Amino acid sequence: MKPSNLPITRKPVAAPTVITRLVRGVGQYGLMIVLIALMVLPFLWMLSTSLKPQQYILQTVPQWIPNPLTFESYTQLADRIDLGRTAFNSVFVAVVSTVGQIIIAAMAAYAFSRMRWRGRDTVFVLYLATLMIPAVVLVIPQFILVRSLGWVNSYAALIVPSLFSTFGVFLLRQSFLGLPKDFEEAAFVDGANHFVIFWRIVLPLSQPALATLAVFSFMGSWNAYLWPLFTARRAEVMTLPVALATLQAGPRALTEWNMVMAGSVVAVLPILVVYLLAQRWFVSGVISSGIKG
Amino acid sequence: MDTACRVPTTKTRHGRICRDNARVVHDNQNWRRCYFNDWNLLSPPKFIWFDNFAELLKDDAFWSALRYTLTFIVLYVPCVFVLGLGLALLLNQKVRGMLIVRTASFLPVVASWVVVSLIWKWIFNPSYGLMNYTLGLAGIQGPAWLFEPGTAVVAMVITSVWKDVGYIALLYLGGLQSISETFYEAARIDGASPWRCVRHITLPLLSPTMFFVLITLLINYFQMFEQVWLMPMRDSAADRQVEVIVTEVVKNAFSYNRMGYASAMSWVLFGLIFIITLVQLRLQKRWVYYEAE
Repeated sequence: MKPSNLPITRKPVAAPTVITRLVRGVGQYGLMIVLIALMVLPFLWMLSTSLKPQQYILQTVPQWIPNPLTFESYTQLADRIDLGRTAFNSVFVAVVSTVGQIIIAAMAAYAFSRMRWRGRDTVFVLYLATLMIPAVVLVIPQFILVRSLGWVNSYAALIVPSLFSTFGVFLLRQSFLGLPKDFEEAAFVDGANHFVIFWRIVLPLSQPALATLAVFSFMGSWNAYLWPLFTARRAEVMTLPVALATLQAGPRALTEWNMVMAGSVVAVLPILVVYLLAQRWFVSGVISSGIKG
Repeated sequence: MDTACRVPTTKTRHGRICRDNARVVHDNQNWRRCYFNDWNLLSPPKFIWFDNFAELLKDDAFWSALRYTLTFIVLYVPCVFVLGLGLALLLNQKVRGMLIVRTASFLPVVASWVVVSLIWKWIFNPSYGLMNYTLGLAGIQGPAWLFEPGTAVVAMVITSVWKDVGYIALLYLGGLQSISETFYEAARIDGASPWRCVRHITLPLLSPTMFFVLITLLINYFQMFEQVWLMPMRDSAADRQVEVIVTEVVKNAFSYNRMGYASAMSWVLFGLIFIITLVQLRLQKRWVYYEAE
């Protein structure tokens, strides 16, 4: 092993005594446990509340383990909102927008990275400049557009505006630029066209970037609230976050928190599962978005 | 009196559904405003030069929203900037079990703002919430949190920090991991203490990441929406007073049907974000250290 590969510790040269090491270790692990608790306990509290009967949630001393444990708030929830339909809407919209966004972003990124045409980089810079426009500035014109197309309260209103992602094009372009030219030159010699190269060479080699874009796009669509709140108000097209927010009671009635928390569990569980399964793509996505800065 | 303007049926706030967005005007104090519309989606739009902008300057609701937006930023940005850095320094330690901390701290990031707002709204419930129970254990009489404007802002800042700290830490972590170990090795040989390593190696080399984080935070929090829309208790003082720019834009556009006025407001928001980003780009020479240049 070369000396530069030796593991480097940042501890002082003098070996710390057993006691200081112990204290440091306990302090560090204590801090870690506190942090994990702070992050996880609110979610557990949501779960615990959702499993309690209505009269048991209003206790001045919180009860972490529901006793008696009941699923009545979930049946109550199913009475209030069409759970199957709403969940289907959320899944459908998220999946279609994710797939569509990846296809469109990948094709645009291919044109911006592997094809040569005049003004390409100028167009790309202009395109990238749209990232600076805050989403809220676009909400009103987009709403007016969607409304005049007659798309309010339709899946089209939820899906079409999200298909075009500047961030997605940027992410994929950076990834495509990093691919070696050799493969596609060989393929051109063999008579392949751009579509074949795109489909058979560039896409398979860019799987990490595609996966990163997929998880972010899915998360964005699944969690979206502002846009669906005004474009998908009817129960037939309503998505989970919008339906969830309608569960709160008015000023005079008491909010049924066990039911609201049951709705939250339903809305948050799928995305948490996706996150835990695809954690590395979330992490790489965040880190790559940070490094560009 | 124009009846089309007077049907104050449902409030859009808290996700209540308006049946027809062209007819709903809520908020008794403000219903008169619909007479001054330049465009309410029913009549054809009329070009009125900069009248909307002129009116904006005289609008107390706008100034109040701007003040609350800035208050949120002043409270939230330093907290998450520092706590995120602290968390990232901890996550960067090579200790067994650190992966669990990273996974846990990213959970709130993937959960939707609607779910997070509702969970914390329940936690901040003055009588039955976890927060006041915990404060009670320490002998503190908890406030009415989401009923009063002042404490509601604090509650929303706490919620926002909880939701975002994992994301910010991950951005920092990307920066930390790109710092070469050789710097620390050299410093250690020269006998530098761990604190001096952080002060003179980590912080300067991390400053580009910090710059990116700061810009991201400011851009995002000028556009904060969901927590302010969902968290205050309905019809409480907090509900009536705490508005930020985006909630004002949304109310004007979709509740008062003042599309033109709302657009003007959103352009002012864009202008603010643009100016602040430019100022930061100017100021970065003073504190951001780029290794390559």
